[in-house]
Amino acid sequence: MVVPLLYYIALSSALFAIGVIGVLIRRNAIIIFMCIEMMLNAVNLSLVGFADHYQAIDGQMFVFFVMTVAAAEVAVGLALIVAIFRNKATVNVDELNLMKW
Amino acid sequence: MEVLFLILAAVALISGVLVVIQVNPVRSALYLILNFFTVAGIYLLAHAEFIAAIQVIVYAGAIMVLFLFVIMLLNLRHPEEGGEKQHLAQKLSGAALAGVTALLVIYTCTRINLGPAKENVPGFGSAEAVARSLFTDYLLPFEVTSVLLLVALIGAVILAWARLD
Repeated sequence: MVVPLLYYIALSSALFAIGVIGVLIRRNAIIIFMCIEMMLNAVNLSLVGFADHYQAIDGQMFVFFVMTVAAAEVAVGLALIVAIFRNKATVNVDELNLMKW
Repeated sequence: MEVLFLILAAVALISGVLVVIQVNPVRSALYLILNFFTVAGIYLLAHAEFIAAIQVIVYAGAIMVLFLFVIMLLNLRHPEEGGEKQHLAQKLSGAALAGVTALLVIYTCTRINLGPAKENVPGFGSAEAVARSLFTDYLLPFEVTSVLLLVALIGAVILAWARLD
């Protein structure tokens, strides 16, 4: 009846790995950003799974705060991407190497 | 309930993979919305009703609308223009590393004792329970969060405003 905690951990790890792979192989800054959101979401999923397993509300509180930080991060990050696009006319991270050296 | 979880998990994984492999960013964003909805469904299974509602409103609603808005604002005709300069070997090693790490996490969790699952308390994860915790134990972080959102708001406005003049 009850979903085992291991299922949540497995799904969360898999989603996190997909997010990491997306960040590593994609070059479009917006898609990289979306993959970061997916990774945050995967962590939230495991927090909710643990909260359910131990019936502790603290896990859900952490999810609440992670979501708030994610919302703030998206607002600032997308504004950064728009500002970079205005200056460089690209969002390909391979061409944005001004700070590389 | 377990069957429902497995169906939702399968949809979440497939839509997650599609987010990564789609060439068009708009399609990636739409699949990410599907992914967020399935995760919200899993939250409901895990007795986190309030978090599930927040997930749909904040993630699938606000954040993804912002993403789609920016994608359409930038109007990227050639999504990955400039070509894929990265070598296939780099991509494969990155993907393999991420996969192995995930498998290691799962393997570790099968080996350690996670303890027995507690019996579900009625009302766990409801808006009332979450609010009671939020306004007692977590009052200070909650208030600091409002400052964080204000800072992010001002920062976003300034960053996007800089070259409008």
